[in-house]
Amino acid sequence: MQTDPNPKKSKDSPSNSDSTESTQSASPFPDDVLGKVLSFLNSDKDRSSVSLVCKDWYNAERWTRTKLFIGNCYSVSPEIVATRFPKITSVTLKGKPRFSDFNLVPQNWGADVHYWLVMFAKVYPFLEELRLKRMTVSDESLEILATAFPGFRALSLMSCDGFSTDGLKSVATHCRNLTELDIQDTDIDDFNGGWLSCFPENFGSLEVLNFASLDSEVNFDALERLVSRCKSLRVLKVNKSITLDQLQRLLLRAPQLMELGTGSFQQELLPGQFGDLESAFSNCKNLRTLSGLWEVTSVYLPVLYAACTSLTFLNLSYAALRSVEFGNLIAYCPNLRRLWVLDTVEDKGLEAVGSSCPLLEELRVFPADPFDQQLHRGVTELGFVAVSRGCSKLHYVLYFCWQMTNAAVATIVQNCPNFTHFRLCIMNPGRPDYLTNEPMDEAFGAVVKTCTKLQRLSVSGLLTDLTFEYIGKHAKNLETLSVAFAGSSDLGMQCVLEGCPKLRKLEIRDCPFGNAALLSGLEKYEKMRSLWMSSCNVTITACQQLAREMPRLNVEVMKDKESDDSQADKVYVYRSVAGPRRDAPPFVLTL
Amino acid sequence: MEGYSRKDVGCPQLLDLIPKEKEWLVKSAEETNYGLSEEKKLELRLGPPGGDWTFKQICGPTNESLLSFGFFPNTTAGATTTAPWQHQTKASFFPLMEKESCRIVELQGAEKKAFSPANTAVPNSSSAQKRTAPAPVVGWPPIRSFRKNLANGNSSKLSPESQKDFSKKPIENCPKNKFVKINMDGVPIGRKVDLKAFHSYEKLSSAVDELFRGLLAAQGDSSTNGIKKEVEGEKVISGLLDGSGEYTLVYEDNEGDRMLVGDVPWDMFVSTVKRLRVLKSSELPMLFCGSKPGKLSLDRSI
Repeated sequence: MQTDPNPKKSKDSPSNSDSTESTQSASPFPDDVLGKVLSFLNSDKDRSSVSLVCKDWYNAERWTRTKLFIGNCYSVSPEIVATRFPKITSVTLKGKPRFSDFNLVPQNWGADVHYWLVMFAKVYPFLEELRLKRMTVSDESLEILATAFPGFRALSLMSCDGFSTDGLKSVATHCRNLTELDIQDTDIDDFNGGWLSCFPENFGSLEVLNFASLDSEVNFDALERLVSRCKSLRVLKVNKSITLDQLQRLLLRAPQLMELGTGSFQQELLPGQFGDLESAFSNCKNLRTLSGLWEVTSVYLPVLYAACTSLTFLNLSYAALRSVEFGNLIAYCPNLRRLWVLDTVEDKGLEAVGSSCPLLEELRVFPADPFDQQLHRGVTELGFVAVSRGCSKLHYVLYFCWQMTNAAVATIVQNCPNFTHFRLCIMNPGRPDYLTNEPMDEAFGAVVKTCTKLQRLSVSGLLTDLTFEYIGKHAKNLETLSVAFAGSSDLGMQCVLEGCPKLRKLEIRDCPFGNAALLSGLEKYEKMRSLWMSSCNVTITACQQLAREMPRLNVEVMKDKESDDSQADKVYVYRSVAGPRRDAPPFVLTL
Repeated sequence: MEGYSRKDVGCPQLLDLIPKEKEWLVKSAEETNYGLSEEKKLELRLGPPGGDWTFKQICGPTNESLLSFGFFPNTTAGATTTAPWQHQTKASFFPLMEKESCRIVELQGAEKKAFSPANTAVPNSSSAQKRTAPAPVVGWPPIRSFRKNLANGNSSKLSPESQKDFSKKPIENCPKNKFVKINMDGVPIGRKVDLKAFHSYEKLSSAVDELFRGLLAAQGDSSTNGIKKEVEGEKVISGLLDGSGEYTLVYEDNEGDRMLVGDVPWDMFVSTVKRLRVLKSSELPMLFCGSKPGKLSLDRSI
């Protein structure tokens, strides 16, 4: 978010003899025309640029902005936002650093949405949408949300915590115009499924309902009636408590669904039921996305075949399928663009992907047993290569494996030079190329040299500073970099900080980067959203120096109990116009 | 900071401690020269050597931090210490948690520091761990909690909740089971029920019926008044909640008071109930006399 710019005259604005507005302004456009034009701008980047042109444009922009995107909730304060933007109807807020997903951030760290909601209730009574990611949300906050905004329509909570199903009850009870309730990957107190029964009997506006990550059984009759009433329902993702025969009944009520998340697929079906389920699926002509499928076995996969032809996104990351049954299924999915699987499908399964899904753009392979250090099953470099051969449009990959080679990665990027997101996780830290025993530097070198559009990179394996030299030299479009157990010295991090002009997010753990590296990025950090460094070689003194020299950065340190007093075990640096945060818990030292 | 032993870029020191066939492959002798900082890991403490327990402090600024741990798998597969890669100065091992194997442990005061690789960890002997390799590092591989342990069909009972590791909540606050005793008039042997397995009073009521129906029938056969139930078979125990049946369900709450089951929301009931009793409805007036006023709803028909 930009602070007040220096008012500048735009050199490029076309002259217009009809200008009648304020004599102080050089803007040739009447305010209402400018406002109308700007109201078409949706991209935040464009709006930021516009707001920097001159004071008039700044004002016109702020009056016409309706969607607010805040990538780091601490980079700005609710007061500043409320003052600048009077007409917001949609808010997206992101909170904790991404490594909080992996338990590297303690509980009660912050990112509580409450004070934001209190402010919104005052200044944005017409708020319609709220999308939160990695924020703490309490039941009280949900109560405010449900009652303070009469036109509220869409709530999306991704990786949030702090609330319970009681909070959902408030939302279901009070939000008369709700079109979207989307709860993903959340960690909440799931007391019972009664919240779903709180939707009023005459309520029928839902278009999106996702409660897949909740556990408790909901009242199925209430759900069935709700689904019948919501004629515009296009996304329905139920939880594991919904059985197959219940699913079939839901599909009968909502054949118009475009995205379906099934419940548990583990149920003894009578032959008649199997046929019913099969025809229910084939009746869903608009199905594009399929997920859920917990405990699905090969016996029941065929019910999906009819629906598979039109699928563009198949999420099998909760279904531990073996290669043969998976291969059979995937043969029915020629139009897949996105595929998420477990590594139980093994290389053979990935070969089937390569031959069945020529349009594939995104592949994520998750480990079924990430801590099984003995057996190392799952996928290898061969599977990845096989996919790259068959799927030349592949540009997004997240791949968990136990072994990789430099040569394989080089082949992969040669087959698929358009990677925008390359996230490779070799699960044993510091593992070299298992054939040559060399570091994996050349692999990532190949990635950054070949994939010029690369925006996001996660590296792993045994890596020296050379990897980072390559990244600094070639990854000119890189925005997000994740590094773990890699590098040899400060030089590595310095190369990245000096070389990647578009870098926004840098997250590092367990690397030998120290104070010199940290301090080499002084001005850089103001151009970035955030830096995370944990279990590296950084001292508190250096962090203090950083904080002193860069007052517009917030430098936060968390210490491990056992470590030296001088060590800064976890460092989180981010730019902010709001100053140091006032809600930091005792274990966060703000420097 | 010592410990980063890779000094020259040119020749990477390879240390592959990932056991293959239970052998530790140590590629470079240099890596076994552990400095003083490594000795710390060999200190005698509760728990295997080298096990730095990293966890979250859940209860704010108190001296006690409630934690749950899983069993720390045996790391004595041959290695002297357990740093699998040279970048680590301390091996912050992270025992993989299964909810059912959790226990509360108390840590030394960690008011200011949320992350304390505890050296006073108490390994939980009721292990749910099947691994014998060194436990993984905290937050590695970078998988979100709900994705762990999806290996095969055994995961049927593994909800995202049960896969959460200790970092989420202390077990005390959100136990997965709540077993309470339940006794029935006329049946000398009591039973135990897990209230967390039911989500409503109706389910509890039918469970009580199932539990005691047979036992009650067996008692009836041996009773002296000669009422034989063999012809009818076992009688269904119904009307437990509304006073309409021969028996009524009551409970003892956390204040020691006897209460009729069914008055409060289910969740509240589960959190306050200490034990259950199935009483003959005809005996309820006796309870009215003995109980505190207002504790039993007097409008229940008997």
